[in-house]
Amino acid sequence: MERDNHQEGEAQGVKICDPPSERKPPDTLATSLSLLGNHMFPDPVERNNSTTDKEEPADLHLSDVTAQEQSLDAEPPSNQVKKLETEEAENSECQSNESAETTDRGAEDAADRVTEDAAAVDNDQSDSGEFVVTMLAKAKLEEQGIGVKGRSSPLLEAGTQESPAFMSHRDEDVTADSWRQHRKHVFVLSEAGKPIYSRYGSEEALSSTMGVMMALVSFVQSGDNIIRSVYSEQHTVVFLQKGPLVLVCVSSSRQSEQQLRGELLYVYYQIISMLTQASISRIFEHKKNYDLRRLLAGSEKILDGLLNLVDSDPSFLLAAIHCLPLASSLRDSLSQILQKAITPNLVFSILIAKNQLLTIVQEKTVIEDTRLEPADVHLLLNLIGASSAFQAGEIWTPICLPLFNPDCYFYAYISYLDPPECTVCLLLLSTDKEAFYAVAECKRKIEEAMVAQNSLSLIAKAQSYSVSQVGVSDLRHFMYKPFDVPDNYRQLSQFTSPEMEAPYSSEEEKMRLLDLYRYMHSRIHSTSRPLKLIYHVAERETLLAWVTSKFELYTCFSPLVTKACAITAITKLLRWIKKEEDRLFIRYPPKYSTTPNPSKSSRGGKSDQQDSTDNGFLSLL
Amino acid sequence: NISFHGGESPKGTLRVKMVLLGSSGVGKSSLALRFGKDEFRSTTPTVGCAYLTRVVHLSDVTLRFEIWDTAGQEKYHSVTPLYYRGAHAALLVYDISKRETFIRAQVWLKELEKQYTPGSTVMWLVGNKGDLAQDRQVSVQEGQALANDRDLSFTETSALAGDQVSELLIYKKAVLGLIESPDLTKETFGNKGPKFKDGPHIYH
Repeated sequence: MERDNHQEGEAQGVKICDPPSERKPPDTLATSLSLLGNHMFPDPVERNNSTTDKEEPADLHLSDVTAQEQSLDAEPPSNQVKKLETEEAENSECQSNESAETTDRGAEDAADRVTEDAAAVDNDQSDSGEFVVTMLAKAKLEEQGIGVKGRSSPLLEAGTQESPAFMSHRDEDVTADSWRQHRKHVFVLSEAGKPIYSRYGSEEALSSTMGVMMALVSFVQSGDNIIRSVYSEQHTVVFLQKGPLVLVCVSSSRQSEQQLRGELLYVYYQIISMLTQASISRIFEHKKNYDLRRLLAGSEKILDGLLNLVDSDPSFLLAAIHCLPLASSLRDSLSQILQKAITPNLVFSILIAKNQLLTIVQEKTVIEDTRLEPADVHLLLNLIGASSAFQAGEIWTPICLPLFNPDCYFYAYISYLDPPECTVCLLLLSTDKEAFYAVAECKRKIEEAMVAQNSLSLIAKAQSYSVSQVGVSDLRHFMYKPFDVPDNYRQLSQFTSPEMEAPYSSEEEKMRLLDLYRYMHSRIHSTSRPLKLIYHVAERETLLAWVTSKFELYTCFSPLVTKACAITAITKLLRWIKKEEDRLFIRYPPKYSTTPNPSKSSRGGKSDQQDSTDNGFLSLL
Repeated sequence: NISFHGGESPKGTLRVKMVLLGSSGVGKSSLALRFGKDEFRSTTPTVGCAYLTRVVHLSDVTLRFEIWDTAGQEKYHSVTPLYYRGAHAALLVYDISKRETFIRAQVWLKELEKQYTPGSTVMWLVGNKGDLAQDRQVSVQEGQALANDRDLSFTETSALAGDQVSELLIYKKAVLGLIESPDLTKETFGNKGPKFKDGPHIYH
């Protein structure tokens, strides 16, 4: 019926559909935005660090921690950086602080023109283009093994744009002061300047703002350069371009540019985990002004959840997994249960409790080729945490692990094992899209074994620990991340950290401590001038961060601690961690083989249970 | 003689694969939850597909409904056939307060009709959110007319209020013709379930 005609017409429509060149916006905007050139610092990290360099001794050892460091603390560091930078920036009219965020009138009008142009093109051909593009995307998915073979689906063409049924911050008034005052905005847009995601406020309302952002990116690009960041008095604006997507963070959090860019990368990966990099590239290759929100509809909550986690969970900062402390005998027995419940093409079995990892069991051959990155696990944890949908029953869904392979899907079986509480979650990843029943059978086996061993009630008793268990007075909190030693380099990066307790019980105080850690982290990991050891006397606490070849450690003490005390405390802490490490970490990620004849790896001969090499950090003291 | 808790031992268990299809936000998951657990709670968008089971005991047979609650979001459409393949029953769900979801349901219908030889799958058209009658954009008559035209069964439900949901299950069983042909029992009854031509229209 008319639908078929529709299709043909549309297919033709697309041939003439020439999406507006990405060069166009900068051309039209070049004059009105010329002043914005001053905002760009081709390598602000350099700048940033060169300025901070002036303020501290070249070589910072614990023994010669100086008062300068303390004076630095009196005034938040980025303030000074900012001042220096604004002094350097000759044309200070660019101090329209939130230029990227709100823009001056002229730029906004210009952006309006651009978006109108884009909209006009869109109206003509959007249906057609979108259909064809979706079909292409679908074809691509089929290539990857997840489509219906040889069937075109008219579903993909039904032109009705479904409004996302679940709103969170989407209704916010983007002109209100409260909107501007959010600590961290994140925007995702396409190269054509089309809004894809905004953390706060609706994307439609922000289309002109995003148009300006894209104009900035394109303008700098037209000069064969790449815009990386804009610093203003209160905000840091960080840009990240990944393929056809542009991600922008506008932050007043005083985090380093590097950290903010890392967070944007997480947002990008989360999008990839839902759509794959290959299909996104394919879509935009065929239609530059495709509205990606169509495909992300319903997933806003997952991105919102990710950004909240990134702000509140140091796992992301440390790029490591926080596993739930568990008696090693219990953890081993859980791993064995998972190891026994296997089926062909199963590659990962993951057990999660209270949003923390309990254990992870991996297919031998797969893991010998590639290692599971913490970021992929974070994305999975976020997906499970951000959606209540999993509580309904057993879920079977395609999912991509971007760091494992950004272009292909796994099929994830997700089910809670303790309804209705829904705290213990099983995640089984298979490479076979048809494997639902086989994988669901694995869950049945796991469930039975767990009942037999009374595992659920044992897991329920497991909890994070209090810093008081360490038995070091003045120590308020810490984060400890051991580094992989060569012998167990296949191990997942992990860290351990106690609960945040008083005085860090309130959300504000937690955030303040995390901000201090972020600051320490940015100093330790500064690209131009990394530090190994920082003793930082802040107003209400004293922090000590230390990185060695064996570990990375952040500690927080009461403000009255002396340097000598802190050193003794850290020695004790490290000794305690050593004693408890079997409980705090997944020491030997177990493996299984689902293929009858596992191919021999060149690295073979390494037994699963060997390499008990300790991390040897005590020798450093 | 229909009991959901059944005391007498059934002759056999029938596996009934049922799939829910429709736009994002029409209430497929809420309906599934109503079927599966007789609960209502607001849900977040389904990721991929949720699988629930419900066992219904009848006097002479036990039905094990395997409910595949698909995600309405467009990004999952390419994988949806994974879930509706081999379904004995399909519920095409729309939201009576959103016309575009009704249009979308018809598109799903076309898709299903392409995939199936007539009679192999029993299809129901379900207008959900009956509790939003004040915002109604699709009339009962329209739904009924479409159902008659395409030889579907039709009902309106409210997952929120629980209206007609269990009835839908019971009638589905009737529609599947199970009671009439107990020979089809045992583990699976294949794709040959006779289609109930004039399905019991429980909406009047």
